[in-house]
Amino acid sequence: MSFWIAQFLTGLASAASLFLVASGLSIIFGVTRVVNFAHGAFYMVGAYVAWSLTERLSGAFGWWGGVLLAAAAVAALGALAEILVLRRIYQAPELFQLLATFGLTLVAADLVVMLWGPDELVGRRAPGFTGSIALFDQMIPAWDLFLIALGPVALGLLWLLFNRTRFGVLVRAATQDREMAAALGVNEKWLFTGVFALGVFLAALAGALQLPRESVNHHMDLRIIVDAFVVVVIGGLGSITGAFVAALLVAQLNAFGILLFPKISLVIIFLVMAAVLAVRPWGLLGRPDVAQRPPAATSARPWRPLGGAGRLAMAALVLAAAALPFVSGDYLVIAATETLIFAILAVSLHVLLSVAGVASFGHAAFFGLGAYGVALAVKGLGLGMGAALALAPLVGLVGAGLFALAAARLSGVYLAMLTLAFAQILWSIAFQWVEVTGGDNGVLGLWPAGFAAQPAGFYWLTLGLAVLVIGVSRVIMFSPFGYGLRGARDEARRAASIGVSPGLMRWCAFAIAGTGAAVAGALFAFLKGSVFPDTLAIPVSVDSLVMVLLGGVQTTLGPLAGAVAYKALSIWLLSQTQWSKLALGLVILAVVLAFPRGLVGVVNQWRDRWLTQRRPGHGEPP
Amino acid sequence: MAAQQLPSSPPTASEPAADGLCVDGLNAWYGQAQILHGVGLNVGPGEIVALLGRNGAGKTTTLRAIMGLVRRSARQLGFRGADIGPMPPFAIARRGLGYVPEDRRIFTDLTVDENLETGRQPPRPGAPQWTPERLFELFPNLGRMRDRPGGAMSGGEQQMLAIARTLMGNPHMVLLDEPAEGLAPRIVEDMAAALLALKREGLSLLVAEQNLNFARLLADRAHVLAGGESRFSGTMAELDADPDARDALLAV
Repeated sequence: MSFWIAQFLTGLASAASLFLVASGLSIIFGVTRVVNFAHGAFYMVGAYVAWSLTERLSGAFGWWGGVLLAAAAVAALGALAEILVLRRIYQAPELFQLLATFGLTLVAADLVVMLWGPDELVGRRAPGFTGSIALFDQMIPAWDLFLIALGPVALGLLWLLFNRTRFGVLVRAATQDREMAAALGVNEKWLFTGVFALGVFLAALAGALQLPRESVNHHMDLRIIVDAFVVVVIGGLGSITGAFVAALLVAQLNAFGILLFPKISLVIIFLVMAAVLAVRPWGLLGRPDVAQRPPAATSARPWRPLGGAGRLAMAALVLAAAALPFVSGDYLVIAATETLIFAILAVSLHVLLSVAGVASFGHAAFFGLGAYGVALAVKGLGLGMGAALALAPLVGLVGAGLFALAAARLSGVYLAMLTLAFAQILWSIAFQWVEVTGGDNGVLGLWPAGFAAQPAGFYWLTLGLAVLVIGVSRVIMFSPFGYGLRGARDEARRAASIGVSPGLMRWCAFAIAGTGAAVAGALFAFLKGSVFPDTLAIPVSVDSLVMVLLGGVQTTLGPLAGAVAYKALSIWLLSQTQWSKLALGLVILAVVLAFPRGLVGVVNQWRDRWLTQRRPGHGEPP
Repeated sequence: MAAQQLPSSPPTASEPAADGLCVDGLNAWYGQAQILHGVGLNVGPGEIVALLGRNGAGKTTTLRAIMGLVRRSARQLGFRGADIGPMPPFAIARRGLGYVPEDRRIFTDLTVDENLETGRQPPRPGAPQWTPERLFELFPNLGRMRDRPGGAMSGGEQQMLAIARTLMGNPHMVLLDEPAEGLAPRIVEDMAAALLALKREGLSLLVAEQNLNFARLLADRAHVLAGGESRFSGTMAELDADPDARDALLAV
């Protein structure tokens, strides 16, 4: 019994830091509508800076001073990032800011290794809280008891801030209606900067306060960010109290899941999150999301199919791509194959994100289903490559179809988070159901057969399938069915009133996107000759999102350009420098700032401007 | 006919731009679609001017464009001697130009007191000064529900709160979008009385209105819009005498 109580107290202590991180994330999203992917990075940097400061500053005051100073310094960094990067792109399509914060995350990940080295750092304990206290026959670290008390105190302070200060009232007002707040004389710019700095301060403080509990390392960022997202969604976006309750719940699930359900310990949080969202689509204490902006993909520039010249250019591009194996070695051909596979993945996400207007943070789910579909077909059913490549997309189709049915009530960021949960559930199954999936060891020996056994042959196969998938997606985009998808995206109610069911449209979009992603996953399995749980992991989801956003979410050719640019760049950087994340992050930030409409978006903009200049007298908005 | 015909007329009389609002050649866009085509109007200090027009004539867009809430360009956009054309909305509000939108846009999660706090700005020399207590004298209903969340109020109460919230910024002038829309007839009379009381305090008002009778209760002068263009500018009496302007107003 006493062991359980000790475990419960450990869970409570973890909940405090989780709450600080999640509440910061929630506040930032509420006001600025930015999904701050870099929040985990700020948490990690907070821990590193606090480590350095507490090593240098001595005495009891020094330790505490170091922790607070670290949080304040990182908050200042956060404010700087907001001013230099985010402030310039609030007008960009929603989710585009995600790309910027992802770039910041990459930069931070390499910078901490550069500055503090790759090894784990063990920090000093908090003066006065170094020992343990006997409670219920168990030794409880005094620091844990401090953290347990800190949680409610932080909740109370935040409540006072938001309910008893002018800053708090303005933040709540701007959370609901930014434009009205501005029309009343509230300077949004500095309010946003203040809110961002506050959120970052909370994250960095949480990181700094972890010093006495665990070593500081450069994996802290991703480990906390997923839990923090889950907490925010379970609690309800924008609700501080909800974040508190959800942090308690998630921390206890983490503490007890491993004891009670060791087989499904990794998946349990996401199952609970899916269950909560099924009952309360806006989280425990959240409220229906009022969309303040049109969906990410809504564009004033109408989409058009390629004209004659465009088609010729495309055909020439495909021919040139097909000629690649004649002029280059195997390494380049394999790299090009991988790039093409990710182009298929990006195009499939584009159907969901841009055409249907549904954001997904878990596109890896369908990619991984395709990859494991191949493993199942080859190892389980003993099928050949052709049959496996035909079967695997069906696995993605079924998975996406079932998921879309289960998620029918959700929308917006909540739906995006449920896709993340779905991917994480599948990842956990692949990781923990060792008997079937081989767990972390994966499934090996999935080699392509016959003509595709050589890199060039497999490259041509991939190119053929890429042309097929991309062609089909474009036919869909410009078919009456595609107009239905876009109509339901832009005006769900009006679409419904003319007989286009937004629910059905969304289901179809998931089915199409899931199938396309599974084709990519299946090819990826044969390219690597193996399947690992990594194919279902968050980096794949993030990469696919980055590719679409980089290319331009409001464009039709964006995903193709984004995938080629991003994948080729990251493969090349990896071979050139050990600081490839830093370089990639800086490139992403540069692209974000220079081309807030994405790579293809900026080309379109130039072309439009050129065309309007040739037609004098046409009014151009300022 | 004595009425000025717009667009074309520069501000007449003793330079109203120096202490009022002077708009000339105002264009505005939603996305690629141009909604306003060279709208011109002016409001002098202490005046109530009605902005009249049918549904879709561009009244709301004109007010939003003046506040900088939609993309716009203008030959002249002057308020109390300053060019507000390049300013973001918050800076325009901080020069003493208030705005009450058509759909009120009360912060529903915030209490009456908190809603008032969001509008608070420092006292402004030469403009009427407001405190919550003074506003509760003007709108007694609000004073009885200071702790009620904005979402739990009736439409009429929300309209009062929206005006009171803007007045907390101690503005020289307020742009008021259809203040009587959707209100019960008795409340409409209260509203007209309250607006006339504001005028006596020295506040100027530009009131977008579809209801000519309500406008007649308040306004000294009127501007008429149709199809995003200015059609008429003059006194209420001149409006009644102008058949073209009345055609632009008659409901479809």
